[in-house]
Amino acid sequence: MSRTRLLATAGVVVAVGLLAWLLFARLPRGTARPPASAQPAAPAVAATAPADEGRTITARLFYVADDGLHLRAVAREVPFGATPVDQATALVNAQLAAVQPPLVSAIPTGTTLQALYITDKGDAYVDLSPQVSQNHPGGTTAELLTVYTIVDTLTVNMPAISAVQILLNGQEVDTLAGHVDLRRPLQKDLTIVQTGPPAAPTGKGH
Amino acid sequence: MTPRPPGLAARILLFAAAIAAAGALGTAPRLRAAQAVRAGTPYTLLTASGRRPLATSDVRGHDMFGLDDLASLFQLQVHEDTLGALTVSYKGKTIILTPEQTLVSVNGRLVSLPAPPARAGRRWFVPVEFVGRALAPIYDTPLELRPESRLLIVGNLRVPHVSVTVAPAGPGARITIDIRPRTPETVTRSGTELRIAFQADDLDPVLPAVSSSGALVRSFSTSAPATLVIGLGPQAGQTRATTQAVGATAGRVEIDVMPAASPGQPQPSAPAPYPTPTPPAPSAPAAPATPAAPSGPLPGLPGAPAQPSLQTIVIDPGHGGSDPGVKGPHGTLEKDITMAVARQLKAAIESRLGVRVLLTRNGDQTLTADERASMANNNKADLFLSLHANASFRSNVQGAEVFYLGLDRDAAKATQEAQAGAQQLPVFGGGSRTLEIVPWQLAQARFIPESQAFAQMIEQQFQGKVPLDARGLTQAPLRVLVGANMPAVLVEMGYLTNPDQENQLGTAAYQNTIVQALYAAIVQFRDYLTHQTGRQNPGGPGTGAPKPASPQGAGR
Repeated sequence: MSRTRLLATAGVVVAVGLLAWLLFARLPRGTARPPASAQPAAPAVAATAPADEGRTITARLFYVADDGLHLRAVAREVPFGATPVDQATALVNAQLAAVQPPLVSAIPTGTTLQALYITDKGDAYVDLSPQVSQNHPGGTTAELLTVYTIVDTLTVNMPAISAVQILLNGQEVDTLAGHVDLRRPLQKDLTIVQTGPPAAPTGKGH
Repeated sequence: MTPRPPGLAARILLFAAAIAAAGALGTAPRLRAAQAVRAGTPYTLLTASGRRPLATSDVRGHDMFGLDDLASLFQLQVHEDTLGALTVSYKGKTIILTPEQTLVSVNGRLVSLPAPPARAGRRWFVPVEFVGRALAPIYDTPLELRPESRLLIVGNLRVPHVSVTVAPAGPGARITIDIRPRTPETVTRSGTELRIAFQADDLDPVLPAVSSSGALVRSFSTSAPATLVIGLGPQAGQTRATTQAVGATAGRVEIDVMPAASPGQPQPSAPAPYPTPTPPAPSAPAAPATPAAPSGPLPGLPGAPAQPSLQTIVIDPGHGGSDPGVKGPHGTLEKDITMAVARQLKAAIESRLGVRVLLTRNGDQTLTADERASMANNNKADLFLSLHANASFRSNVQGAEVFYLGLDRDAAKATQEAQAGAQQLPVFGGGSRTLEIVPWQLAQARFIPESQAFAQMIEQQFQGKVPLDARGLTQAPLRVLVGANMPAVLVEMGYLTNPDQENQLGTAAYQNTIVQALYAAIVQFRDYLTHQTGRQNPGGPGTGAPKPASPQGAGR
């Protein structure tokens, strides 16, 4: 009897784990209609496919931690994207959306996504509006938080994306505010993320 | 009634005063038609465009300028009226001079001159003090007369008074340079020449007479733009410069010149934290041969190791020009804070360590990250220090933080490539030559361990003196550090977005605390480099070097 119960428990755990893996890791890439390699430079804004109405994924978005030096992950519902580019676009748009206190965003006010590309290599190019630089307070710490909000949002939620390069108005730039080197794609950096489980979902992304 | 022209009342008053004075003496006022005039020692006129002589004349024992010379120089209108008074006009303002009277009306106000104006032939002369007392109040550009130096300074020029004395001090000599007002300076030595470059437009020097055959010091001179040049004698050895404030406004630089050690005789030296090549290298501080007497040998020269491992430092005041950096809630700009601290740190290092320090910018200029790094690379700097003030999205965050370069995916590959950058190239006539090729974007990769060591030293020096934020030390992909081909660190000195810390960062006391901590870290890093060199080159200058010195007192 107890052996049966043990097996049943193990089965449930495996099933939950599989479901979590499907939801968090596999889903965005696995459900992309054309493979990523087939569209190395497709502009997302132009190619935004109609996502399944109402369907969402639970993503980890990043906001300024209480210490002001780190990011903290917050679980939020983000619209499902049928392709990697669509999903990445939805994630970045959710991350750029204004938030209410107590959340504090490291994205300067007015910043919008102008385009998004993903290469065969898994490098995502995120073209932001100039407000991300113009409205930035400056400082190395604040700039690191802004940059890694974008980088980690994509690399943490989408395993297909290995690195992210931020563009401004379609152009490569040295930095946003004079400090962080943006001339090449940046990899995920979790040292800037405060450890601990992601905060509870706070609502649906934009 | 027709209004009287301005100055008429003063003219009448002066005339009445003259009559009264003459009456009291029982003599009638009279003009001396001719005066005995002899050529005097000319003044030097200093303007933004340079120097030029300005003739003076000795009239009745007074130093005087020709009024016509002043008129052409300063665009003055001179009019002699029928009463014999002189009216000097400049842009609607007037000075009225009365013969035989030392009182002068300056735009309606009376001032006194040491002597009355004098006429010689067709020329009028006025005491040199006329410029400072009468002309300066109505002139639209600052005029400063320095009779002791025979200088007339026109415009907002920085011309510090520099008084130099030299005196024996034990076996060596001490050169004392008093500077008024206090002016940042840079002391450099090239062979037998010491150059003290002041951040000024020109100098007002008083130099001592020394024998050109002096054994330790043989000449003093100045060179443009504002540099004091000291020629050292053939027996001069090491030199050490120290800077100190004298009162609220003056400064003093003292330079000790030690005699060079004769063969087989160690350099006179007191406790020297750094080993010198003179054998045998002591493992403990060298004791003087005899108990130190007040007139005994000067202390050693701890700031000048024989072959310094740290010769040039480039300090980068972050941002500048059109890029103000962070703006605090009260309006403090990051670019101003970084510049202020950089200047103080430069002065501290140069005066105490004798190390060449260059700033990537000396004014409010816009520079790219590559221009900053290339200045360090082109000057073969041994250390690059970028100064910044931080910002946070949360206004309560405070504290300093030290950064060194972090590279992610390509870090290992970049380091390997940088280390494998030396290439063997064939040369004409046979053989080959090793040419070091370092890609710009990889320049910093091979210095990351040294940069980390220096960053840790800064963090250590800040502890207890400069509050650190919760991280203290961080590795990050920072743009300005990437191209630096030497150990390089970026220091965020505090958060301008925190109102309290914004106030703190603007104070001289807090800036000085930061400067002292950075200076101590640099001394510690120099010792670290010396130690590294000694390990790589046994018998060299680093032999027997101690572990990185205790931060307190090191090199002081």
